[in-house]
Amino acid sequence: MTLALIFIAVLMLGSAALAMLLRNLIYSALLLIVSWAGVAAFYLWAGAEFVAFAQVLVYVGAISMVVLFAVLLTRQNHSAELPVEPATKARAATAILSAACLGAILAAAILSTSFHHTAAEAPATSVRQIGLELMHRQGAALLIVGVILTVALLGATILAATDPKRKPEDAP
Amino acid sequence: MTTAPDSFLERAPLELRDWAVQLLPGPLQWLAHHLITVVAILAVFGLFFAFTTIAERKLLARLQNRLGPNRTGLPKFSILPWHLKHTLFGLSQPFADAVKALTKEDIVPAAADHFLHFLAPVIVVAFSLMTFAVLPFGREYLPVDLDAALLYFFAAGAATELAIFMAGWSSRNKYSLLAAMRALAQLISYELPLILSVVPVVLVTGTLSTKAIVLSQGYWIFGFLPHWFVFTPWGFAGFIIFLIAALAESNRSPFDLPEAESELVAGHLTEYSGFKYALFFMAEYFGLTALSGLGVTLFLGGWQAPFPFLEFIPSYLWFMMKLIGMIMFFIWVRGTLLRLRIDQLTRLAWQFLVPLALLNVGNAAFWVLTTHWAGPLQLVRWGVSLVIVILPFFFLGRSLSAGYAPRTYRYAP
Repeated sequence: MTLALIFIAVLMLGSAALAMLLRNLIYSALLLIVSWAGVAAFYLWAGAEFVAFAQVLVYVGAISMVVLFAVLLTRQNHSAELPVEPATKARAATAILSAACLGAILAAAILSTSFHHTAAEAPATSVRQIGLELMHRQGAALLIVGVILTVALLGATILAATDPKRKPEDAP
Repeated sequence: MTTAPDSFLERAPLELRDWAVQLLPGPLQWLAHHLITVVAILAVFGLFFAFTTIAERKLLARLQNRLGPNRTGLPKFSILPWHLKHTLFGLSQPFADAVKALTKEDIVPAAADHFLHFLAPVIVVAFSLMTFAVLPFGREYLPVDLDAALLYFFAAGAATELAIFMAGWSSRNKYSLLAAMRALAQLISYELPLILSVVPVVLVTGTLSTKAIVLSQGYWIFGFLPHWFVFTPWGFAGFIIFLIAALAESNRSPFDLPEAESELVAGHLTEYSGFKYALFFMAEYFGLTALSGLGVTLFLGGWQAPFPFLEFIPSYLWFMMKLIGMIMFFIWVRGTLLRLRIDQLTRLAWQFLVPLALLNVGNAAFWVLTTHWAGPLQLVRWGVSLVIVILPFFFLGRSLSAGYAPRTYRYAP
């Protein structure tokens, strides 16, 4: 089990690190997707099937497409694959500063968490329990998220529905 | 369910597997158990794919008043003293095709990204095969019984889009990339009505497990009518939306624009040749089969027999019969309907199917809230549900096609 965890961790962190190192944006995006798939694998390892499948569906299926479309639609110059040096010292300094801030926050979070050393018992949660929990205790949050998503969906439909008058051969 | 017929035929494949497993030493048994399941799925659906292609070519040919492939017989093996001259109605055509695809030269463009170009067909086949793991093929024939099986099905299917993007981008060909983007636009547009059409089933059965969904369609109304979801108003509407979205998701005619055979080069597959092309082709059919299987599971009662007196036929045969029926229907649609344009395609999804699917979710909620209605109220329940299905369909269709007179065709005298 630990071996699997190490493998998943190496996959996740390695692909994320490679994504940052590579200069080809498409490669970076694809490696980022591998990293997300690694997160899903970790959820599976931890016995959270539902979250793992949701992670794959949302990140590998949907958000990856947003990222890839964004990359393809924004890349303008042909020199994107050439190595780019940090342009100015100010930029390098900002990069180091922001990395240090993030590192500090993460370190503080890790250090302030107390880990229980007792053997954790995997709670046997079924999809049904998750659903009931979401509907009762987290009902308000679920409702708000649902309303926002439905409004977004309806908005997309209305945007698609209100186009100017078309020619007869455009009939759906 | 009335009686659970544990006939010999029903149990035979399981008994065979168990017999094969117990021949092996203890530690290997669980591995063998799963390997046999995997190999069975690969063999059955590999052959099913082969015969789907020949059935499609034959049926399309008949629909177009042709004969279709009818010459491939058995090869003459040099060891044998005789040669069976019968052409077997051309039924061995897929095997000839497979040999051809395997021996063809695999051409990779010089500028292509070799790794991704290789990876794309592998991913698309692997993930389309993974979806078969949660389909209940029979009473006892569910490869993996997951609690969140439906979610798994769609999660595994989501990787197809990634593979199409990789195929289009790694080819380093403008047309491949553009076609991949078009294919992605189509897949993303139709994923929404596909999933929304499945939600009512989840709402009514209260589970994501495919096994439980089939079991909940198991009893008989008045003792002989099947209680399949397609025979309820919301189930019927959901099934139709599911069919249309499944056609679009598996790039089938009339939604086969990504690689419209008669118009484009081959879409995102332009730079693929040899067995890699065959793999994409295979994945397309696997995807179609898996989606048909899901449709059968969700709406057509899965492996249940349509009438109580037909329960003596093994459950897996019922599943396969329904599956073949769905595939035949898809081939029929391909032979009948004309291809859509890309704007018509996306408009159909966003303006027509998504609103109807959303309303259908509400319809299913109404159905769940009124389960305790009995007697004449049952008629009211059916009536209201039918109205929720029919009226929006009618008015939405009318308003979308308002102002368009039926097109008149004029032919040269």
